[in-house]
Amino acid sequence: MTTTSPPQPGELSLPARPGWPDRTGHFGVFGGRFVPEALIAALDELTEAYEAMRVDPAFLAEFARLQRDYTGRPSPVTEVPKFAEHCGGARVLLKREDLNHTGSHKINNVLGQALLTKRIGKQRVIAETGAGQHGVATATAAALMGLSCTVYMGEEDTRRQALNVARMRLLGAEVVPVTTGSRTLKDAINEAFRDWVTNVETTNYVFGTVAGPHPFPAMVRDFQRVIGDEARGQVLEREGRLPDAVLACVGGGSNAIGIFTAFVPDDGVRLIGLEAGGDGVDTGRHAATITGGTPGVLHGARSYLLQDDNGQTVESHSISAGLDYPGVGPEHSYLHDIGRAEYRAITDAEAMEAFALLCRTEGIIPAIESAHALAGVMKLGREVGGRGAGGRGDEPALLLVNLSGRGDKDVETASRWFGLGDREEVDPGPGLDTDQNPTEGAVSNDEAVAGPDAGEEL
Amino acid sequence: MSALGNRIAAARAQDRAALIAYLPVGYPTVDESIAAMVAAVEGGADVIEIGIPYSDPGMDGPVIQEAVDAAVRAGVGMRDVLRAVAAVAAAGAVPVVMSYWNPIERYGVERFAADLAAAGGAGAITPDLIPDEAAGWLAAAEEHDLDRVFLVAPSSTDARLRSTTAACRGFVYAASTMGVTGTRATVGDAAEALVVRTREAAPGLAVCVGLGVSNGSQAAEVAGFADGVIVGSAYVREMLEGRGADGVRALSEDLAKGVRA
Repeated sequence: MTTTSPPQPGELSLPARPGWPDRTGHFGVFGGRFVPEALIAALDELTEAYEAMRVDPAFLAEFARLQRDYTGRPSPVTEVPKFAEHCGGARVLLKREDLNHTGSHKINNVLGQALLTKRIGKQRVIAETGAGQHGVATATAAALMGLSCTVYMGEEDTRRQALNVARMRLLGAEVVPVTTGSRTLKDAINEAFRDWVTNVETTNYVFGTVAGPHPFPAMVRDFQRVIGDEARGQVLEREGRLPDAVLACVGGGSNAIGIFTAFVPDDGVRLIGLEAGGDGVDTGRHAATITGGTPGVLHGARSYLLQDDNGQTVESHSISAGLDYPGVGPEHSYLHDIGRAEYRAITDAEAMEAFALLCRTEGIIPAIESAHALAGVMKLGREVGGRGAGGRGDEPALLLVNLSGRGDKDVETASRWFGLGDREEVDPGPGLDTDQNPTEGAVSNDEAVAGPDAGEEL
Repeated sequence: MSALGNRIAAARAQDRAALIAYLPVGYPTVDESIAAMVAAVEGGADVIEIGIPYSDPGMDGPVIQEAVDAAVRAGVGMRDVLRAVAAVAAAGAVPVVMSYWNPIERYGVERFAADLAAAGGAGAITPDLIPDEAAGWLAAAEEHDLDRVFLVAPSSTDARLRSTTAACRGFVYAASTMGVTGTRATVGDAAEALVVRTREAAPGLAVCVGLGVSNGSQAAEVAGFADGVIVGSAYVREMLEGRGADGVRALSEDLAKGVRA
């Protein structure tokens, strides 16, 4: 453990940034800027304004105040011993980003970018969204700060996440269903870039993840790193040691970068990203970009992506709209290639098993995105079991999971998966419900106890 | 020597602007798209921008998106593109490939340059590749004596106009307006102002203007201040609306009159 002297008055106490990206946004061979020239001036303006803002004490004070009073930070760390009974003897701690205002980690980033929008004097923000969490967070920040807001969302996703569409509209945002291409997140990003290049004089693009052209990957990382900065301190304080591994789901990868960054210098801490394995990576129907993809260029940066032999982006598949993206942030590609982080795929079925288990054992309904990280910790726990401290110790492994969002938005999907709704009304999707094996600890239809029977011996 | 530069200079020697026509490979089929490119040449196009279909064309409006989406789904690839290059060269125009970066990176930059040169292609226009990220492409293009065309925009600073044009060979593509491809009622004053600024940054380089030109009178207007007139969505619309090679030929004839007005 290192000790630091308390910050002196007037002195900035910013946490150390990783040595990447370089000045032009490259993480090794990844990252950079692959965008039309028309956007370069706006990206330069954002970079310059952001570099000035991020060390401005007035901004830092305002950002800290919003995080505390509006978001509800710091988010707690919760130990989940009943869930951990299914994790091979390891102890499991959850970083509770689900308890943030708006229900996920996305708010951390949008508050920062909304303040930046005001700083550069623009009145309108646009955003892309998959599951709707980033769209809701952006609409929220826009309402708070008096900005006009347009959110692009794939038409397919507006159907999957109708609740979030309604939330955004309640918050005063315009939601534009995108009907091009695969009608999901990747096409929403294309449409948002088209809006931006046309309206860049008046509009700022509030990008939702650690992907896209420089400066977005580094800037979004800086706004999300509060997750890991807090969690590292919280775990050290209560356990007197660092966790053995930190796990997070990875779509574009902002919640994972957010919790990883503080731990990157801690060599003994394994960093594990859980990608969406859909029906299984070997079926081709998945969104596991690093596990099953190859390096290329998409949405303004070089990174791993799902592509065919012609360099066309392949459509991704996942039960989780928020992970259903064929790209990934360039810093994850870099962490993978230098061997600092590991990336594994979790299938839809594995994620839903973990989803149900957390609901049942701990009374916490996670986002299906976050359930991929929970499934990852179940597997890892069984691998390392009682061997903490990197497998050398004799105490249980201590595993920290980023619970990046809450699952209210996913209740309909879960009902369909588990067959919990009115069967006459339910239209099960392919692979759902009937072919699922009952899971230990999981809810299934006929086990629920009717109200009058509660408390009686069965 | 630059095939594009020479052809544009030849047009200038006739006291006119060059006509540059864009068509994507593979809509509605590879053969029909190649026939349309040849018809565009017969109608008077000097240069054909041969579009490589791409799944995420972030700079294109709905017309071009619709056509390339169909071509992507049909699995059109670099072999089809190279066939189009050879056909356009045989028809007597200068073929230049227009591609978002990933299809080229996936094919292999060195391999792309070698195969493009072998097929008779002049070079490539890369709308989402800025010179800052183009070291590999610039080296391969140099080795195979290919032109490389980058874009400038009304938002480009003078410093970027200088650095971007310094990396160009053949011509520089001036995007006339802030926005995506598509036909517009007017091309706007921004285009002429950008051409003037670009010429100041690079006096020896041809400046061709794209985005928004759809008919002969607009072509005449742009030809009044630019070295070349680039037309895309209007050609693609001929294909989308089923007029095929005949429609493309007629549009070329109208535009060819425009650049000579």
